[in-house]
Parts: sequence; C-alpha cells; structure tokens
Amino acid sequence: MAAYKTYIFVWVSLLVLTVVTVLVSYVNLGLWNAGAALTIASVKAGLVAYYFMHLRHETKLVVAFAIFPLLVLALILFGTLIDVYTR
Amino acid sequence: MASTTDKHNEAPSGAHKEAPVSARLGIWTFLATELLLFGGLFTAYAQFRGMYPELFHLQHLKLSRPLGALNTVVLLTSSLTMAVAIGAVRRARQKTMNLCLMLTLALAGVFLVIKYIEWSHDFAEGIFPKTNIFWGLYFVMTGLHGLHVVGGMAVLAALIVLARKDRINAEHSAPVEVFGLYWHFVDLIWIYLFPLLYLIG
Amino acid sequence: MSNEAVAAHAHHEDYLAHKGFRSWALTLDHKRIGVMYLFTTLFFFLTGGVLALLLRLKLLTPGPALFTDHTYNVLFTMHGVMMIFLFIIPAIPSSLGNFFIPLLIGARDVAFPRLNLLSYYVFLAGIVVTIGSLVSPMDTGWTFYTPYSARTGAAITTLTLGLFLVGMSSVLTGLNFIVTIHTLRAPGMSWYRMPLFIWAMYATSVIQVLSTPVIAITLLLLAAERLFGVGFFDPAKGGDPLLFQHFFWFYSHPVVYVMILPAMGIISEVIPVFARKPIFGYRAIAYSALAIAFIGFLVWGHHMFVSGMSTTAGVIFSFLTFFVAVPTGVKIFNWIATLYRGSIALDSPMLWALAFIFLFIIGGLTGLFLGALAVDVHVHDTYFLVAHFHYTMMGGTVMGLFAGLHYWYPKISGKMLNERLAKIAWCLIVPGFNITFFPMFILGVQGMPRRWAEYPEKYQGLNTLATVGSWILAAGIIIMFVNFWRSLHRGATAPANPWQGNTLEWQISSPPPEENFEVIPTIHEWPYNYGTDRRAHDGEHHRQA
Repeated sequence: MAAYKTYIFVWVSLLVLTVVTVLVSYVNLGLWNAGAALTIASVKAGLVAYYFMHLRHETKLVVAFAIFPLLVLALILFGTLIDVYTR
Repeated sequence: MASTTDKHNEAPSGAHKEAPVSARLGIWTFLATELLLFGGLFTAYAQFRGMYPELFHLQHLKLSRPLGALNTVVLLTSSLTMAVAIGAVRRARQKTMNLCLMLTLALAGVFLVIKYIEWSHDFAEGIFPKTNIFWGLYFVMTGLHGLHVVGGMAVLAALIVLARKDRINAEHSAPVEVFGLYWHFVDLIWIYLFPLLYLIG
Repeated sequence: MSNEAVAAHAHHEDYLAHKGFRSWALTLDHKRIGVMYLFTTLFFFLTGGVLALLLRLKLLTPGPALFTDHTYNVLFTMHGVMMIFLFIIPAIPSSLGNFFIPLLIGARDVAFPRLNLLSYYVFLAGIVVTIGSLVSPMDTGWTFYTPYSARTGAAITTLTLGLFLVGMSSVLTGLNFIVTIHTLRAPGMSWYRMPLFIWAMYATSVIQVLSTPVIAITLLLLAAERLFGVGFFDPAKGGDPLLFQHFFWFYSHPVVYVMILPAMGIISEVIPVFARKPIFGYRAIAYSALAIAFIGFLVWGHHMFVSGMSTTAGVIFSFLTFFVAVPTGVKIFNWIATLYRGSIALDSPMLWALAFIFLFIIGGLTGLFLGALAVDVHVHDTYFLVAHFHYTMMGGTVMGLFAGLHYWYPKISGKMLNERLAKIAWCLIVPGFNITFFPMFILGVQGMPRRWAEYPEKYQGLNTLATVGSWILAAGIIIMFVNFWRSLHRGATAPANPWQGNTLEWQISSPPPEENFEVIPTIHEWPYNYGTDRRAHDGEHHRQA
C-alpha cells in the first residue's frame, strides 16, 4: 500500500476539509460563510487537480490547457455580473 | 486504410509510459468544454443568488446537509479508488486495478442512490424544478451532474469488461488514464455544487 | 520545391480511388470527411440562398404580396438557422480545415480520425433533428430570444436538441484540430514555420471549444424552461431574459470569429502565392488571429446595448469592442503590404481574395459604428445591421470560402476549374452583392427596421434595387456552381502544383494520395519564400538576424 500513500493522504485531507466546511456552515459568519465555503472548495479542487489528476507531473502545455479555460470561465462570470450588479 | 487510427498513437512499447500526449491534450480540452458547460450554470447561480439572497437562504435549508456531505464523501472516495486504479495499472497490478475500478463503479452507484432518495423526498414534499429559481437551479445542476455520473458509469463498465479481457494493461493504459481525468472532473464539479447548494444556498 | 519530400511521383492510389457508399460512409480519411462536410454545408448554402431570394422577392414591393407575414417570419428564421448553424459556422473549418490541416502541417491524418468521423455523423444527426423541428414552423429568428422562444408553439425544444448536436460536432472537430496542430506537425515545423491558415484554424478551434459549451447549456436551460417550467429566463417566474442574451452572445459573438478567422487564414495563403511575394508581417498576422480569438470573448455585450443591460456594462463592452478592430486592421494592412509591388496574378483565387479585402473593410468599419454605444442606440435593429453582418459574413467569410474553393479545387478534385466561367461568376457576384446589400446601409440610416415583411412606400426604391441585386448575385452563384460541377467531369487534369505554391499540400499529387505523404517531410523554412532570396525572409532567420 505504500505506493498509494500520497493518494490516501490526499483523500484523508479531502474528507477532513469536507467535515470542516460542513461544520463552518452551521456557524453564522454572515457574508463570510460563502467565502469560507468557496475557499475550502477551491482548496479541495486544487488537491484533486494537482494530485489525482496528475497536474504535478504534467508538462507545461497540459497545465496551460487546464488553466486557460478557468480564465474564460472568469470572463463569462464577471461580464454577466458586471451587468447584473450595475443595472 | 487499415490502421489509420493508431498510426500516430501507437501504445508505448515495453514498460509503462503515460498516455500519449495527444490523448492527454484531448481529454483536457474536452474537460475545458465541460467546465464551460457547467460554467453557464455557475453564472446563473451567481446572478440569481445575488438577486434573491433571502429566497436562496430559506430554500437551501430544506436540503439535507448530512446526505449532501455523505454523498461528497462517497464521491471523494470514488476519486481515490480511481486514482489508485491508475496507480495500479501503471505498476502492472492488474488485480488491484480491476478491484478499484469495480469499487469506483459501486461508489458511483451509491452516489446515485442517495441522490435518488433526496430527489424523491423533494418530490414527495411537493418541491419541483418549477417551484422557484433555487430549485430550478438545484435540479438542473445536480441533474446534469448526475447525468455525467451515469455516463461515467457506462464507460467504467466498458473499461471493466476490457480489463477482464486484458485489453487494458501497463502497456495500454490510455483509456483508464483518460477516463480517470474525466472522473476526477465530475468529482471537482461536485466539490463546488455541494457548498453552493447545500451549505451557503 | 522547398521541401525535400516530393511524393508527387509515387504510384500510390489517390484518396478518391475507392468507389462506393461504404468506402465513403465508413472512411477515416480526413480528406474524405472534409469533402463530405463540403457537400453538406454547400447544400445548405444553396438552400438558405433560395430562401433569401424568396425574402427579397417579397420585399420587392412594400405591400402584402406573395406570402403572409407569418410565412415571412418562418422563412427568415429558416434562412438564418441554416446559414448560420448549418453552413457558415462549419463551412470552412469542417470542410477545408479537415481536408487541409493535416496536409499543411505534413501529417497523415488528424489526431483522432474516428472522432473525426463521429463528429460528422453527430453533425448529420443534428441536421436531421434541426430540419425535423421545422415541421412546426419556426418564427423566432435564428437568435430564438426568450421569453418568446420559451412560449411559442414552434418546436423549439427539438430545435435546441438539433443545435446541441451541431454544436457538439463543432466542439469535437475543434478539439481534434487543436490536438492535431499541437502533436502532428512534421519535424522541423516550428510554430513560426506553420502556414497562416493553421494559425487561423488554431484560433478558430480554441473559440469553438470554449464558447460552444455555453450555447449548449443555454439550449439545455431553454429546454428545461419549456419542458419543466423552470423560470431561468422568464421574468414572471423571477428569471432574467437578459441572462439568456448574455449566454447566447457569449457564444454567438466569439463564433462570428469562428466564421471569419478561417477565411482570413485562406486569404493569408492566397495573397502571397498570387502576389509572388513573401507574406508581410507573418508574426503580426499569426498573433492577431489569437488576439481576435481572445478579444472576441470580451465583447459580447455589444449585442445588448438596447436590450436593458446596464449603462455601465454597455460602456465597458463598447470600449472593449473597439479593440477587436486593432488585430483585424493589422491583418488588412499586412495583406495590403504584401500586395504592394508584388507581381500580381489575377487568377480567380486572387480575385476572390481581393473581393474579400474590399468587402470586409466595409463590413468591419461599419461594425465600429455599431460597436459605438451612442450610434448603436440609433441604428440597432435596422437594415444597417443587416447590411453590416452580410458584408462581414457573406462579403467576408463566403468570399474567403470562394477564394479557398477556387484555390484548392485542383487539389481536392484533381481537375482545373474553367477560369473564364470563374471570372464571369466573379463579375456577377461582387457587383450583385454590393447592389443587394449596400442599399441596406442607407435604408438602415433612414430608419427601416430589420425583419419587417412590409414597409412604408418611401423605402421602396432602395428595396427594389436590393432585390434586383439579389438576382444578379444569384446568377453569379449559379454560374460558379455550374463551373464546379462541370469541371469535375470536363476540367483539365490538375498538375500537382498549378499555382506554384510553397505550402506542403502542393508538393504532393492532385488529388492527394490516400496516406498524404509517402515520407513525412522535414521542414527547414517557412512556406512564404516567393520571388526573393529565401534565407533573407525565413521567419526564423529574419528574427535572429
């Protein structure tokens, strides 16, 4: 099992983060609830992408292929929200 | 014309190598399209949550956080088994891989069963997609994600059959590697859906 | 020839040698798949063209004539849907792109040949469903805006499924091209030795892959709205019709560059060959393709200036819109600089390329009028807009397609076109096009709204002129297609390199052998060394010097 130690460690971290995010959600932090939940989700997503999806061993090109779409996603989010919040 | 398909993508000979770069670029490009597909939903979510914060807050309390958390654990675990399956095939441990693929399939099944329980509970309460915008988003987001799980299960089943026939092994592991990336991506989407819908509403 | 592998004399069978339905229907050959796309898309070009002629015929006179207003709505919706989704978006990428990307980069096929065939069949399935949805007449226009599209009795749900499939095909093709260009370039073909058509197709594919999913989710949401009564876009249910427009244009605006970039790629290939000069500003043209693709994602809001979007967003989008003109202008200047003091040969591909530059300048500059927030408030939804996008789409993309078809016809078919017929067609189409669409600029400024089946009498003069123009245009297109058809049988046998081009496709026989290259060539220089000392103008050396 030693060979899969990293994976298991990542998995345990993910579970811990899940528990944390659920517990935090029961505490009323006002606006910070959303921020905390999304931050934890992003850490989890980062762990999955970096370890499970092997981005840590990937070539720069593949990493670029993984990152660029996020930029485009940001464009549609911000472009739409700029309109909605200034209407 | 016989072997046009494999002309450029010959399986690496001898010991294991990673899936060919074309396959990796291909699946990451595909995942980019999936990201933007869900991206539209995230945008809609952001807009409507901004427009109706009280509605979202009140409605999301009706969702079961324990069940959502449990499903998160199930899906995260299936990601682990998938990652181990790939680690196993790279080390030519066929049995471990087979076992892990089947575990992944089973966990995906569990995920869907829990989802089914949640949905039927909602329907019994008289909650439908048209009830209001929160539930519209909830059903469309989890429904589309669920469809991705179903599609993933179909491919997984095919992979298990191929693995039985020894068509997938250390020399020819690209299908599992590529599928693994898809499966982790489905997990990634859920990692965001869970807090957005169940925790912060 | 510039490259070492000249396989023209090989005794291998050309890709058209095998006959029979199965050999086409199950082919994995990118060339055959490209030809199938070409036939399919051109069929819809002609069908959509006939619809356009009917619309123009109705507009010949101001009053009721010919058919009802509802029929008019249905016909222009069909015209729009066919031309946009079934012709102009897939036309150049899927047909000429499929055929020539592997040839131009020195590969034997695309990266995923089976996926390529699959995407053709997904496209066909999409066409069948889309056409099937027209059984209950569609009257929403090709943009099917909510909330009307969520309520109309037409088979919008079926249409969305059809377009979803067409979009999926487009994504798969784009994905295939991206990976192909990254992984299958011949040895020695660095990025700066790639033909500019490849740069254009790369940028195109990126847009296809990243924007199409957004329209896919929009269509799914629209379907959910119609089937399950979800209220995303329906204000009565708390939804927001503008969200639909944001999504729709987040796709549909970048996609206008899916239409135009491949055409620009073709023009960049044709101009240096027929001006016998190295392309001017290679890197500027290459980067401007990527810049257009990227900026294209930032400007969708300019379609929504008057639809209730916030003024702040309007100002931002208007400002960003002007930036698209920069890389576009860069391309135009570079083409013209390439022409300057070239020894220009006015063969038919060059004539089409020149028509492209001329018409696209008009289309592009009028786009700036529309992109300016204040002016757009005045001319939005008038014939000014109709004229603008026909100048870019037909004057741009279609002229580029024609340039490509005339340029590559010998390579695809192995026959030469009749040059005289080609020129007669050109002499009808270019003036015919201008007579049809230029009056619409004036009509628009005078205030005639688009999509009207009937109009006040004061607009009749220019409308009649436009309709007469459409007949001249149609006559030219008929002659062109007769030429295409006739030359298949009666055309002279094409030599391997009729235009003395340097790109790789001209170094193999016409039509190409089934496996393209007997030996994969090794590339030592860029392909644009026309009429000068080669080394001085090699892209790489030039930089290092």
